[in-house]
Amino acid sequence: MFPPSLNVTFSKKPSVKMAKLTSLFVVLFSLFCISEAVFEDQVGKFDWRQQYVGKTLFAHFESNTQSSKKLFVATDKNIFASFNSRTGDLLWRHVDKTGPEGTIDTFLLHGQDALMVVGDGRLLRSWDTNIGGLNWEAVLDTGSFQAACFVAIQDTVKHVAVLKKAAISLHYLSNGHQKWVENLPDGDAVQYQAVYSGGEEELYVLGVVPNSHLTIIAYSLEDGEITKQRSVEAPWLSSVESSCVVVGQGVLMCVDPATFALYTLPIQAEETPEFSQILLQSLDLKVSPGFQPVLVSSQPHPARSPLSEFFLQLGTDHHVLLQLNADGYTIAPLRDFQPSFLVSFATTGEKTVAAVMTPKNETACAINLFSVDSGRRLLDTTVIFPLDLNGGKPHKLYVHAFLKKDDSVGYRVLVQTQDHALTFIQQPGRVVWTREEALADVVTMEMVDLPLTGTQAELEGEFGKKADGLFPMVLKRLSSQVILLQAWLAHLWKLFYEARKPRSQVKNEVTIETLSRDEFNLQKMMVMVTASGKLFGIDSKSGSILWKHYLENVQPNAAFKLIVQRTTAHFPHPPQCTLLIKDKDTGLATLHVFNPIFGRKSHIALPALPRPILQSLLLPVIDQDYAKVLLLVDDQYKVTAFPSTKNVLQQLQEMASSIFFYLIHSDQGNLSGFRLRKDLSTERIWEVVLPTEVQKIVAVKGKRPNEHVHSQGRVMGDRSVLYKYLNPNLLAVVTESTDTHPERAFVGVFLVDGVTGRIIHEAVQRKARGPVHFVHSENWVVYEYWNTKSRRNEFSVLELFEGTELYNSTVFSSLDRPHLPQVLQQTYIFPSPITTMEATLTEKGITSRHLLVGLPSGAILSLPKMFLDPRRPEVVTEHSREENLIPYAPEMPIRTEWFINYNQTVLRVKGIYTAPSGLESTCLVVAYGLDIYQTRVYPSKQFDVLKDDYDYVLISSVLFALFFATMISKRLAQVKLLNRAWR
Amino acid sequence: MASVPRSFLLLSVIPTILILCVDFACCNTGRKIGDGLDTDFSGFSVPLEHSFEVDDVSRFRMRGALQLRGGRETSVSLSQSQLSEEDRNTLKEVAAVDGLYKIRVPRVSLTDRQTERQMDGYLTAFVRACSLVESHLSDVITLHTDVSGYLIGVSIVTIPGACRGTEVEDEVDLEAFNTTLTIIAPTNAPQPETALFIERMDIEHEKRGKPQEQKSFFAKYWYLILGGAIFLMASSSAQPSAGGAEEQQS
Repeated sequence: MFPPSLNVTFSKKPSVKMAKLTSLFVVLFSLFCISEAVFEDQVGKFDWRQQYVGKTLFAHFESNTQSSKKLFVATDKNIFASFNSRTGDLLWRHVDKTGPEGTIDTFLLHGQDALMVVGDGRLLRSWDTNIGGLNWEAVLDTGSFQAACFVAIQDTVKHVAVLKKAAISLHYLSNGHQKWVENLPDGDAVQYQAVYSGGEEELYVLGVVPNSHLTIIAYSLEDGEITKQRSVEAPWLSSVESSCVVVGQGVLMCVDPATFALYTLPIQAEETPEFSQILLQSLDLKVSPGFQPVLVSSQPHPARSPLSEFFLQLGTDHHVLLQLNADGYTIAPLRDFQPSFLVSFATTGEKTVAAVMTPKNETACAINLFSVDSGRRLLDTTVIFPLDLNGGKPHKLYVHAFLKKDDSVGYRVLVQTQDHALTFIQQPGRVVWTREEALADVVTMEMVDLPLTGTQAELEGEFGKKADGLFPMVLKRLSSQVILLQAWLAHLWKLFYEARKPRSQVKNEVTIETLSRDEFNLQKMMVMVTASGKLFGIDSKSGSILWKHYLENVQPNAAFKLIVQRTTAHFPHPPQCTLLIKDKDTGLATLHVFNPIFGRKSHIALPALPRPILQSLLLPVIDQDYAKVLLLVDDQYKVTAFPSTKNVLQQLQEMASSIFFYLIHSDQGNLSGFRLRKDLSTERIWEVVLPTEVQKIVAVKGKRPNEHVHSQGRVMGDRSVLYKYLNPNLLAVVTESTDTHPERAFVGVFLVDGVTGRIIHEAVQRKARGPVHFVHSENWVVYEYWNTKSRRNEFSVLELFEGTELYNSTVFSSLDRPHLPQVLQQTYIFPSPITTMEATLTEKGITSRHLLVGLPSGAILSLPKMFLDPRRPEVVTEHSREENLIPYAPEMPIRTEWFINYNQTVLRVKGIYTAPSGLESTCLVVAYGLDIYQTRVYPSKQFDVLKDDYDYVLISSVLFALFFATMISKRLAQVKLLNRAWR
Repeated sequence: MASVPRSFLLLSVIPTILILCVDFACCNTGRKIGDGLDTDFSGFSVPLEHSFEVDDVSRFRMRGALQLRGGRETSVSLSQSQLSEEDRNTLKEVAAVDGLYKIRVPRVSLTDRQTERQMDGYLTAFVRACSLVESHLSDVITLHTDVSGYLIGVSIVTIPGACRGTEVEDEVDLEAFNTTLTIIAPTNAPQPETALFIERMDIEHEKRGKPQEQKSFFAKYWYLILGGAIFLMASSSAQPSAGGAEEQQS
């Protein structure tokens, strides 16, 4: 019924010779291998992908016509991308290396050429903006990047100048070849910071000796010879970059925050020039206290000199438009903008306008255009920018101005807010699209069950309430039945009504009001926490953002931990999530408590946390409102409980002696365990120290608390049972050696009991180094490392067994398990590096497990755990065949049909989140990184779901036929018996 | 270091025969880091201290002395005195309130004796006092070392480990410790077994591959070639007659 899948399925017949060689393996593999391929018509049915680019650093619009559709951005994630400005969709995207090697230093746009300096002045690239292809790439000389600008001769832009710390070079725009490169004189003392070209025959480089003087060097464009070199006294100047701009006919304009004065200096002047000072006071301008004034100028075309009008920012919401008079040293104020958040220049044709954003009311800002020459407001140019209360404040303004047919100026604006969101607005204030670029950096996430529908909740509520007599109970039952009937009738009516409409019009828009759990709990709320401090609630089925909440005052280096304190299961109590935000420098933590379905902040009294928090743990203890108790341990080992009601404190006192926790100081190699005392103080009960001279702790992982293991043991070939060592308190501690020599480097894996501090197993992987990725689940640990000797990636699996007898089959206690488990281990070669790893998770743990491996290529591999089994035999025996063990092969295969995201590559996968669904066979998967990808996986196929093409007609007709056949034959038999009796 | 006696001790504790043998074989070859430093084979002793208080505030007292012998054959022995009358009573009291019995050893290096450097700090472990009492002071103490011979952890368990609330009447049962002492060094994790796999593949290859390769191309496919030839001949002879028939019709 289905067309063939996108990927090659496994059931291809192998050739005769191959089959003879590896017949054994093929037979075995075909027994076990589960083909994961997606059918073509299933593409996008259960999965979705969203692509992001990150925080915008530079943005340019394609060209200044009304019909242009492209918008180019360069971001902090080292990405150069193009958006369709009508829809906000990604047209193309170039993802460079992460880290400083791929940093985009600057981005200049001229016509169809996008010029980019990458990696702190390492490369100069030119892109074709039409198709996003690379025109050329030039390797620059070493030295850190300072500035770059286009250089024009006789009105045509032919070159680009790149200023580095000690050299300046000129490159052809057409092919990137270097025209000339010159070392800058006196490079040790002078900090060269700016380069300027106004379309003349010379190129000016500006350098400064802080608080001493300014150096101006003029280079001939022809051959790079120094034509002029002057130095000007400027004891007040510390940085050209931050306090100076070029305005008008090559006049350097600087602002001195100490004396509140503007300084002007003609750059091209022949005679020895001097700065002329203009006090701001003389212009009737006043700088807000503590504010560093900022100058903003504009050079519409590289072949011409900059505008003589410029903005001076005097406070966070105060800008002034000033004009440099023709004489070159007097200034005339054109217009004062107060209050004003953001200003920007935009040029179209010969007209240049200034866009100013001013606050309108609580929920909106207004953007207006002003004529630059006169400072007059242009009519009918107001655009309203709606301020999202759950978003950040506007941060940057990019204006796309164009000439309309009637020669008036029209414009569109791209507003970047503090939460990295981009909003594109058209006149007269229509939000065309919004991109939530904070989602390019998801730190942590959780999936929360959706609430029940109103009718389901009504039924639930009946059981939740206290019983108050027989009669009221009957009434209550009747009323809820009536409500159910009503809902059913409404549903029927809706079905009837919609049946008349054409199919395409019936659309189930997901909104926050219509959210409810589906039959198999496949649709959930994804709560995502991003590095910028913005929280998102995303519908897992469609990927649409249902709520967002921006947390202001979150430090950029903060660590987040998201905890689900109360799930949706406790109606009428709303679900509750707690986000622990910890400042990495001070260690001080704050809590943000919210409802994960609606994103609203809860008004619960939060505990005061005056001391740095070391550890947080969620206890299975619940308070009277069914919220799990969160314990926070501070640096004096005192414990704070949240919520800390009387009921909770009493419960804590009762179970204090059975609450244990551990702390890890990886910088000291110290692992220690604590026990809670009745007065909520703690006592240290064990300590393990891994000397930091030998190895350092890189990661520690426990098991997931919501993990279920269905089978206690494994049935072996001889029908005996090998019991798993299922210690819920087990920690996997991974270390790396401090010695990085390839022969002596090692990776250590310690399995430590988190309650008693007992080292259960200690293994050393020789000639290995990180990065180590590992998964700890059930009774196994799988880790991946780099083998320094063989130069390859390897997977190793550790499995723990209690043996053929259980010590205590009813309950597991770390305090009473005297025997160490058996540890089996096997290692395999993996033919690819990996970026992240996670294991699938299902409701009851019956389904076999798969490992989800994120590869750098952007694929997500679903690797059956069966391949990572230390009991895989080297020599096949009767018993191993009985047990369905795959014979050992040193290399782990990567099959393309195991890629769960087929051709939907997800780049820079940082984490994979798995959550069980209501169906035992189905596990929900979210991969996040630069992109977000959501899908479902079925590790043991859909054994609990009937296929789409299941033949109901056949099965029911067979059933009926059999039924009638029995009836008839029964009747016949009766008749026959009767006849025989008469005879 | 990783030694024969230690591994046998392990074997007695854990009934894993197959894998530990493999591990043990690796241990001797792998642990070569401290070899140059093994000058002192005479061994040294470190105190083993314990603490059991009703109020759970640690006050460590001497329990015995651990005789450690570093070098190629790491061994450890423990000399400890009996519990005094007072200690026995305290231990029973602690057991009654479900207190903890803690032990600690100082952090030392088994190989690096030349510097005689004693790192500050202790390694601590605990067991429930009641289980110690109920097991009649039969405990198993395990010392863990890392690759370069530093002690990194200590653990104590009692056999049996459960607290069933059985009264220990006999004072004699609580006089002397019945301690099993082991020292465990890290096991070497296995490398991918490529050599063995290739060997096995070669054997299989030899077994199955030989008779096939002796046949020549013609010997193998003579029937196909013959069949093809016959088919070609038949079709070429059939064609003109078919064409002729057509002509006749028109």
